Amino acid sequence: MPDQVTLTVNGATVSVPSGATVAVAMAIAGQACRASVTGEPRGPLCGMGICFECCVAINGKPHCRSCQTLCESGMEVKTD
Amino acid sequence: MQRRFDVLVVGGGPAGIAAAVRAAECGVRVGIVDDNATLGGQIWRGTSEEQGQEEGTQEAARWYRRFGTAGITTLCGRRVFHQPEPGVLLAEGADDLFELGYRTLVLATGARERFLPFAGWTLPNVLGAGGLQALVKSGLPIRGKRVVVAGTGPLLLAVAAYLREHGAEILIVCEQAPWSRLARFTGELLGQPGKIAQALQLKRKLAGVPFVANSWPVAAHGGQTLEGVTISRAGKAQTLACDYLACGFHLVPNIELPLLLGCQVRGGLVQVDDFQQTTISGVFCAGEPTGIGGVELSLVEGQFAGLAAAGCRTEAQKLFGARRKARRFARILDRTFRLRPELKSLPSPETMVCRCEDVPYSRLEQHSSWRAAKLHTRCGMGPCQGRVCGPATQFLFGWNPDSVRPPVFPVRVASLAGFRGRAKPEAATVAGGLG
Repeated sequence: MPDQVTLTVNGATVSVPSGATVAVAMAIAGQACRASVTGEPRGPLCGMGICFECCVAINGKPHCRSCQTLCESGMEVKTD
Repeated sequence: MQRRFDVLVVGGGPAGIAAAVRAAECGVRVGIVDDNATLGGQIWRGTSEEQGQEEGTQEAARWYRRFGTAGITTLCGRRVFHQPEPGVLLAEGADDLFELGYRTLVLATGARERFLPFAGWTLPNVLGAGGLQALVKSGLPIRGKRVVVAGTGPLLLAVAAYLREHGAEILIVCEQAPWSRLARFTGELLGQPGKIAQALQLKRKLAGVPFVANSWPVAAHGGQTLEGVTISRAGKAQTLACDYLACGFHLVPNIELPLLLGCQVRGGLVQVDDFQQTTISGVFCAGEPTGIGGVELSLVEGQFAGLAAAGCRTEAQKLFGARRKARRFARILDRTFRLRPELKSLPSPETMVCRCEDVPYSRLEQHSSWRAAKLHTRCGMGPCQGRVCGPATQFLFGWNPDSVRPPVFPVRVASLAGFRGRAKPEAATVAGGLG
């Protein structure tokens, strides 16, 4: 297993330790995960799949909880 | 995909693992399902069979070893969302759907942090205390970051110690409980040598970090992300520049699935008999949903539930003493970390209370019940289905969430339509969270 996994967040390349979640990749990329219904930037709150604040689109699939999804090489992550 | 088990366990934390191991060791067919990528729940997240220098991880390693040889079917990354007919649960994965049949069921759904709204709490990098720990366990670099830890409960110190070990600079730990209650808590622990050892270990790890009682966060500051926190420190306001605020107000049980199945809940806790059986025959419940008591209570209740679910009640009777002792600790926790009324005045009129639907405090205070607030403001009707704002409004306004409907988590429409059994979910329930 490689030590680092490389993926893209809104087109920018990010390297994370292998085994890291997508929420971690978002933090390393310095990006909020989503805009709230009134447009506020939001990031993870609970870290355990309860709050839905860390939702992003992963490989084209929307509303994925980034805190419960492990990073994979070549993954494309997008925020709205 | 369909799977059938004699005993199905929902939740892979300490209670679920203990239940699955004890049931499997009785010789029955056992399955365990959890929504996280690996077993362990929140407290054992990131531990494994190999690790184990400290007492907590040694205990985890012992259970993982037993688990590994017990022949248990493990389904991780799958979230249970519906019981379409008695004896069948549906669980959704990233790309699949499981129909899980069972003869007896153990619900070990754990707890989540209680969050309370205050100015700026929705800023990125304001997380739960356990929330930040979970992210660090999942690979978030924390070395050199300045962290304020605040809220209430024993988790605060455990999280602060963990983050510090991983290189974080802990600026302060703010505990809302008064010194008098904390002193009494320490006194009660004297009867429990294991707890005292844990407390001393934490004290050593946090040497030099200020720990203040009667203190809580008042406001988080920042533009696009957190830049600083104002705390009320024993009556005086103090502002600190920081990178993270790790803030949780003890724990609330995850009782949505027990409620969906019709188990009786009183005071927010699932009611169980001496063998951890709920008011539904053949459905058992163990760990935090029956009362917040920590890992020792979860392990002993899990064993009870697993043994009883597998029909080995005689074996379970040996554990009565251990459970009585662990439940005593649960009562002490409850008393010590009760929320003080001053925290009700933390939100200002414009503070968001429901984060999914961005409903501010001012729009909620005019309503008289959870249901009225939902109908008029959409509070609690977003994807978290009130898991965050429900316990907050319960504290702020005394509201009680009144019903749970399937699906208990938002799922793909295909997952609802995919059940091949007799009962079909009603069309009206398809839009998860619109209860």
